[in-house]
This record gives sequence, structure tokens and C-alpha cells, in this order.
Amino acid sequence: MAYSEKVVDHYNNPRNVGSFGKEVANVGTGLVGAPECGDVMKLQIKVNPSTGVIEDAKFKTFGCGSAIASSSLATEWLKGKTLDDAAKIRNTEIVNELKLPPVKIHCSVLAEDAIKAALADYKAKHAAAPAVTETGR
Amino acid sequence: MAVKFPIFLDAQSTTPCDPRVVEAMLPYFTEKFGHPASRNHPFGWEAEGACDAARAHIARLVGARDPKEIVFTSGGTESINLALKGAAEMYREKGTHIVTTVIEQRAGIDTCKRLERQGFQVTYVPVQANGLVDVDEIRKAVTDKTILISVMFANNEIGTIQDVSAIGKLAKDKGIIFHTDATQAAGKIPIDVEAMGIDLLSCTAHLMYGPKGVGALYVRRKGPRVRLAALLDGGGHERGMRSGTLPVPLCVGFGQAAAICQEVMTSEGQRLSKLRDRLQDAILSNVEEAFLNGDIDRRLPHNLNVSFAYVEGESVLMGLNKETALSSGSACTSATLEPSYVIAALGASAELAHSSIRFSLHRFTTEEEVDWVGRRTVEVIKRLREMSPLYELAKEGVDLKSIQWKAE
Repeated sequence: MAYSEKVVDHYNNPRNVGSFGKEVANVGTGLVGAPECGDVMKLQIKVNPSTGVIEDAKFKTFGCGSAIASSSLATEWLKGKTLDDAAKIRNTEIVNELKLPPVKIHCSVLAEDAIKAALADYKAKHAAAPAVTETGR
Repeated sequence: MAVKFPIFLDAQSTTPCDPRVVEAMLPYFTEKFGHPASRNHPFGWEAEGACDAARAHIARLVGARDPKEIVFTSGGTESINLALKGAAEMYREKGTHIVTTVIEQRAGIDTCKRLERQGFQVTYVPVQANGLVDVDEIRKAVTDKTILISVMFANNEIGTIQDVSAIGKLAKDKGIIFHTDATQAAGKIPIDVEAMGIDLLSCTAHLMYGPKGVGALYVRRKGPRVRLAALLDGGGHERGMRSGTLPVPLCVGFGQAAAICQEVMTSEGQRLSKLRDRLQDAILSNVEEAFLNGDIDRRLPHNLNVSFAYVEGESVLMGLNKETALSSGSACTSATLEPSYVIAALGASAELAHSSIRFSLHRFTTEEEVDWVGRRTVEVIKRLREMSPLYELAKEGVDLKSIQWKAE
């Protein structure tokens, strides 16, 4: 199977590889997939608490080239988005952008799951510890 | 010598034809085009003579007494199908139990699955962590209904060479027919169907520098005389076991390939095992948590199979595939989207099955190629580990097994 140019580009030049401290208040972390399934994605967002905008995003992925590309692309798309807009990213958009073949659709699904997990983690942190947000209520 | 790209280290999937093989084949496409079953004119005699000479080369390669014991087929898959289905049908009255292993290639496993649906019972004997079958496990699996034991000679992924002689002796003692899938072993390591007690042996030309599209099944004629029900109805060629016009050029190529393999086997095996060891050292001494799959001693000289913790196999291949052809046990590289059942059978974690990479060398592999692939593999693994959340967690001291993974 040949890879699309965009998958190859993300594989060769992955964007935003790395990690933020999981404990930092304005960081949301999603860890999805399972080693025995051959795919694990860790996706992190760093949110500006006063604006609710994702200022930075990072990923690390154990998986095939398409899984690496899907998560790399997701971090690109997340930057600059509000939490609400980030929640609207759909796996089909990743499929279209990367031209993933049917057997690789699960990679895009996993990336969407990772986004949702990171958002949920951020929100859970803030529900549990409202004091760290500066927006008040 | 400069390295020429891409480098082919996937020689257990197929091999290039030796130029001497192609040369031997060519006249049989044009001026020597006769049908070997044409008994009444020189075109037929010439073709038949060529096929019989090829048969003799293959017989000699596997230690068969009589070239008539070699039946030409379309390849390894057909040979295995003919051996298993043919024997099962022929000896059904005697019993309906078959013993095989969990690491046979798909042609073996899937044929057995079909026979199960047709009312046969099949025992799939496990392998040990080193890939070797414990012969006692086979002994224990045998019942008074067992008509066939089928164990591969050497494995296609991990190269592990089974104790075929011991299994042959066991089969002989019990009066059970013994088939071995020698598609990976034939032409690479010594085989002697007489000394090893083999009754049926499958092999294929394209894994021994011959053409694709032709294989052979050795069928013992004496002590015992093995009979098989044919898969194909037709003109009754190949002693009634395989009807169909012989592909004479392919048979000739197979014969030539077998003759060359036999001639160079010792020196080629020594050369390749040295290169393989060099590649193995280059990788294992520079990558931590890289695990050799299969027995370190009892393996094919041209095989190296390594699992790299924390990285997925297809992504490793992707980092190398512009310059190097390799294969992986990763689910993403298999038609079934399942990780390697061979690596899984070794008791390794599923993660390591996804992470296995097979390097297989061949007649034309050079030291420069091996050195290049070794260096590049180390670079790719290191780069992918920097990107791997599993590696990061492991470095933080987290036990990956302690995490509650949310599988899809």
C-alpha cells in the first residue's frame, strides 16, 4: 500500500511532538488506544484559562504511520481553537485531509478520541479545582 | 562498493531468480515448447526429458531416492493443500485426526481449518518461547485415530528449524504419515527425506532463486507408499496426483535453481549466517529492549527477527521503506489486520507481536547493504521511540501493564 504524500510528510516531519506536564492546571491530557491493539496516542492541549483558547498542543504516538500522521495533524488543527470548536473536529475530516484508505480509518477515529479525552481531562480538572481558573464565576 | 537502493532484505517472501535459472528456462518458451505428455513425437520427448531432469535435481536436493517421488504443483500453497487434503481424504477410513502446530504458515493452518469443517479433528500443538515444538507435545497429541502429522521444517517469520528427524521417527513408530512444509528450508539447509523419516514434503521454487508459479510435493513411494487423493480432475498427470499441463519452463527453472542451491548450500549458508550475525550485532548492541524472536541457534542462516519494544512495526518499515524492503508482524502490514500469530505463539506480549521486524538475507546480499540497514534501523527506532508515549511512560518508571488501556 502506498502512503499519501501528506501521511509521509507528517511521518517524516511530525508537528508538535512532545509533552507538557500532566499536572499543570491548564493542560488537558488524553491517552487512548492500547498497546496490544498496536495503537496508543497521547494528545495534550494547553489552554489559556481566560480565553478558553487552545494555545498549544503536543502528541506522542505508538502506532503505524497513519496513526502518527493523524495525531500530528490533530495537534496542528487544535492550536488556536476554542474548546468548543476543538470538540467539533471529526475523524472524517482527518480521513479526507490525509487521504486515509479504509483500513486506516481507525487511526483517525483514535485521533478524534484523543482530542475528546484531552478536552474531557481539561474540563474535569477545572470542575474539580475551579480555583485555578482565573475567569471566576 | 557503493550500496544500490532499494536494498532487498525480504528474501523469505520471495527471492530474485538467479540469472543462470532464467537462462536455463528461456529455450523452453520458444523452440522447446512441447507438451511433456505428448508421448509420440520429439517435441514431447524433449519437454518430458527436461521436466524429468528437473525432477531429479529437486529429488537430489531433498534426498529422495526416486525422481518420480517429486510431483510438480503451482507452488508451496498448492503443495501443502495437496498433501493435507489429499492424505486426509485418502486415509479417512483409517482415522480423522491430524496433528499440526500453531505456527504453520497460513496454507497449513487454513487447510486444517477447512478439514475441521469437513469432520476431521485437528490438534494444534503449541511452541515453546524459542519457537521450537516440544516433540513430546506431539507424542501426547497423537491418538489411535491420527492419520497425519504436519510440522513445518523452518518457520517463515522467525526461521526456527524444528527437530524434524525426531518427529519423523515418532511418526514412523506410530505408523502415521508425516508431512513437512519445507518452503523456507529447501535449498537453504540440508534435507534428507530418507534419514529424517519424511513422507510428504512441500517446497516452492521462488524461495530458492527460481521462478514464481511452480512448486513441488515430495510423495514417498516406498516404506510406506503414500497415496493422495488429487485436488484437480483431469488428464491424470504426475502419477494421477496433479492433473494439468506442466509449465515446462518453470519446471526447468526450478530444477536449475535446486541444482545451484545444492551446489552452494554450505558456502552460502556460512556467508549469510555471518552477515546475519553482523546485522544482529549492529542492531542489538545499539538498541535497548530489542528482543530476538525464535531460537538463536536452531534457525535459518539468512533469518533475523527482532521485536522492538515501544514502537509499532509498520511505522518502522515506513522509516526504512524508501531504501529497504523488510517485513513486519504488525497487524497493519497483514492482510488480516491481525498481529503476527507466530510471534504471539512465542508467548510474547501482543505489543511485541506488533513490533516485530523480519530481516531476511539472500544470495546477492552484500556486507555494505547489511551495514547500511543496521545503521538506519537503529536511527529509525530511536526516532520513533522519541515519539512513543509508551517509551516515555516506561522511562518514567510506569509499568505499562498497570495502566487500564481503553481499547477501541
